[in-house]
Amino acid sequence: MAIIVDEKAKVLVQGITGNQGSFHTRQMLDYGTRVVAGVSPGKGGEQVHGVPVYDTVQAAVDSHGANASVLFVPAPFAKDAAFEAIDAGLETVVIVTEHVPVHDAMAIMAFAAERGATVIGPNTYGICSPGKAKLGIPPNVIFQPGVVGVVARSGTLSYEIVNAISEKGLGQTTVVGMGGDRVVGLTFIDVLKRFERDEATQAVVLVGEIGGTAEEEAAEFIKTMTKPVVAYIAGRSAPPGKRMGHAGAIIERGRGTFDSKVQALEAAGARVAEMPWQVADLVAAALGT
Amino acid sequence: MKLYEYMAKGVLASYGVPVPAGRVADSPEAAAGAAGEFGPVAVKAQVLVGGRGKAGGIRLAETPEQAREAAAAILGMNLKGYTVEKVYVEQKLAIERELYLSIAIDAAAKKPLVIASAHGGMNIEDVPEKDIVRQHIPIRWGLMPFHTRELARRLGLTGDLARQFGDMVLKLFTVFRRTDAELVEVNPLAVCRDAAAPGGLRLVAADARLNVDDDALFRHPDLPRTVEASPVERRVRELGLAYVELEGDIAVMANGAGITMATLDVLQHYGGRPMNFLDAGGGAAAEPMAKALEVLVSTGPKVIFVNIFGGITRCDEVARAILAARDAVGIPMPLVVRLVGTNEEEGVRLLADQGIQAFRSMDEAARRAVSLAGGPAATGVGGGGAGGFHAGDAAGGSGAGGRW
Repeated sequence: MAIIVDEKAKVLVQGITGNQGSFHTRQMLDYGTRVVAGVSPGKGGEQVHGVPVYDTVQAAVDSHGANASVLFVPAPFAKDAAFEAIDAGLETVVIVTEHVPVHDAMAIMAFAAERGATVIGPNTYGICSPGKAKLGIPPNVIFQPGVVGVVARSGTLSYEIVNAISEKGLGQTTVVGMGGDRVVGLTFIDVLKRFERDEATQAVVLVGEIGGTAEEEAAEFIKTMTKPVVAYIAGRSAPPGKRMGHAGAIIERGRGTFDSKVQALEAAGARVAEMPWQVADLVAAALGT
Repeated sequence: MKLYEYMAKGVLASYGVPVPAGRVADSPEAAAGAAGEFGPVAVKAQVLVGGRGKAGGIRLAETPEQAREAAAAILGMNLKGYTVEKVYVEQKLAIERELYLSIAIDAAAKKPLVIASAHGGMNIEDVPEKDIVRQHIPIRWGLMPFHTRELARRLGLTGDLARQFGDMVLKLFTVFRRTDAELVEVNPLAVCRDAAAPGGLRLVAADARLNVDDDALFRHPDLPRTVEASPVERRVRELGLAYVELEGDIAVMANGAGITMATLDVLQHYGGRPMNFLDAGGGAAAEPMAKALEVLVSTGPKVIFVNIFGGITRCDEVARAILAARDAVGIPMPLVVRLVGTNEEEGVRLLADQGIQAFRSMDEAARRAVSLAGGPAATGVGGGGAGGFHAGDAAGGSGAGGRW
């Protein structure tokens, strides 16, 4: 079992002929993801690593029946590409692209909600259900099939934590990168609900960071969960009002502080790791392994 | 990107929002000249931080001479770390009462949110919840006139004032959408006595903030630009990397915003003081990383700490960047490198050949950096202990080396 994507995923890559698109298509194929077609306007008829390229999403879907898409489209064109994917009926749209204008992101999410599509990102490393499919850019070697569901806002920090979970021999059911931007498709709660329902998932790891109120909102749902939750929050030392890379990683007007997040999570019964490398230990302890 | 008040008001005025008459001045003489034209004025420091009134950045002046004195006092003033280079000299308003109005992005709802209050002039955070009125705006249809009538009703506005308020909200929403704004805030939204206005009252945007989405600037060549960064921050950002200056003595470079923040947290946990946030990105190339390291060296830290978990970033590229920076400018201070991930073996070997031993454990690398900086947390890794190094890997535990 896994959430959102599994071995049935038939994946399109939008922007497949670009540097990033081509490189990560190779990586996804190596991982075993069924990348059935690519889309690059004006490049229809070409091939990338043996994957056929089409000019439009509809043309690719008509020929291959895809149900998911990964976008490596430059930020100014990401909105158009995401609308194209959603309009063609794709169920899961992963927007890897960074620096998507936030007004475009709001429009994408409104359209996705109308059509019932799941958007991951923008500014995400993607999603991986180990042993089944990887949609996005994380390194293949960090994953192992297992029992832990991981949901994170940031990329490399979750690689570090996912890797430690693999080294503990616990492995993951699905690892979801929600994306570092302020407006993204999934909330922690959307993902936690799915992990709570997923039979294979025995414990959940939440990797958050300062800024916004997503972790505090997640805590409300964690109260109702039967599975153990371990959390790590980055940004304890960040001074207020400084933007630390992600649009999300900023404390403004006293909201979204480290302390408020940790208090909310602990009050909800989650175990909060002080250091990133302690997460895997806490998960092992929670599972009694 | 935050705009200065005078720029924000310029944009608002171009969309038909009523703003007071005013002019920017960068000298006491220019301020006096503007006051001569407008009569009694407010002389306002132009800075990108809030709270300038309490900090002495706003003064009233009845005469050109007073305006000259006010400008002389404010120009060059240090407000929360920013030097005041310009003042805005603005016609004094006959304010009857003050409202609050803003449009922001509600990240959780993924929609624009209009926030209004009949109690303006103070920080909205200090206004009691019961006095705040909120309205989400659907992104598909945008703000409709009925939204503004409902907002006015909930604020207790009636008659022509309610009509002016609705007009103001519609115009601000147009600004919000057309400029890709993250925030449009008018506080105070002043209700002014004006015999010429219907009902004798006129709404004026007495102060204005406009923050534009950095990621959308490419489609707004017409908007003015501001830079809110120190010279060092500018140099690193020009390399395409994210950089924020802090106040410590351990320079940090890591890859990815989350892990960079976590690195700062860990250093601080062990009693160290990070000097900066430098996110070399998820897939940074050797050249900008080398240049960024050179900038770090130039800032004169006690220690440089490079913490890399290579996913897309390849460890051999990181090693080459470190060696290139050392060849280019020399690295006179101690350097602590933690290197794990893609192409780890090659990266570690490249560094070892040049006498740099990389750590595998983030924990031990961080403690080493803090101890080298003279911090209090030398526990367990004193004496140059090889435990956390790649070569020994004894204390690293979990036999992790093999997985790569």
